[in-house]
Amino acid sequence: MPRLTVWMVRTALLELGIGFTLGMWMLFNKGVLIDSYAFALLGAHIEIMLLGWTIQLALGVAFWILPRFPQPPRYGRERLGWLGYGLINGGLLLVVLDTWISLNWLPFAGRALELAGVISFAILIWPRVKAYGQTLA
Amino acid sequence: MPLLSRTFIKAGLVYFVVGLTAGALYLGQPLFNLPATVGLLYPVYIHLLTVGWITQLIIGVVYWMFPKYSKDRPRGSEAFGWTVFGLLNVGLILRAFSEPLNVLEPDWHLGWLLALSAILQLLAGWVFIVNTWGRVKER
Repeated sequence: MPRLTVWMVRTALLELGIGFTLGMWMLFNKGVLIDSYAFALLGAHIEIMLLGWTIQLALGVAFWILPRFPQPPRYGRERLGWLGYGLINGGLLLVVLDTWISLNWLPFAGRALELAGVISFAILIWPRVKAYGQTLA
Repeated sequence: MPLLSRTFIKAGLVYFVVGLTAGALYLGQPLFNLPATVGLLYPVYIHLLTVGWITQLIIGVVYWMFPKYSKDRPRGSEAFGWTVFGLLNVGLILRAFSEPLNVLEPDWHLGWLLALSAILQLLAGWVFIVNTWGRVKER
């Protein structure tokens, strides 16, 4: 497993734990109400589970298992991947912070960073998606 | 493919079918004049798909394909793996029944079942993380 995949998958695992914890707190309070504020966590729960866990895991594993270039750097322009990792998680943090800090620009800025991160990752992975027998440039 | 992976993935496929059925009922409610209580299926539908199907598919494939933990225990603790399967599925099934019932029949006081379901699923998530962490590594 390349280092970028290790970082992305471990970050995804941590975000799974955080997302499950937020979800548990909401579900618990649906059954036994001890914190009415719990339901305000729904947006953060969805964002973390979808982007932080599922999508980040998929991107990290894709970077690992997609066909590699015959010559180094075999995984492609890895810096784009690190950039994507930073942008996706930085953006996710801003979107999630919107739960507690009410600033109009915060979720938009977060989403814009996430978009930039996903584009960066798409540019990295694009040339590694190929047919059998097709040579990687 | 190890038995644990097959069990996770096949259980996931069952949830996929059941989850989409719940979703079809939810979306078909206004079209076919189904009882309004069908609307209570929405959170169940979402979680049958996201936890029951997608998460279990991921867990099954991760247990099968991630790098070996060690020569002696290539897939980490199998007991932990089965523990995750049990906790997650009991928690999710408990939720699927008690969440709508808790709204329909508040006098039955089923809220504690929902709270229990939440705790079981949380434990499943963290045991999976602990059991998988050591297999996420460079060569």
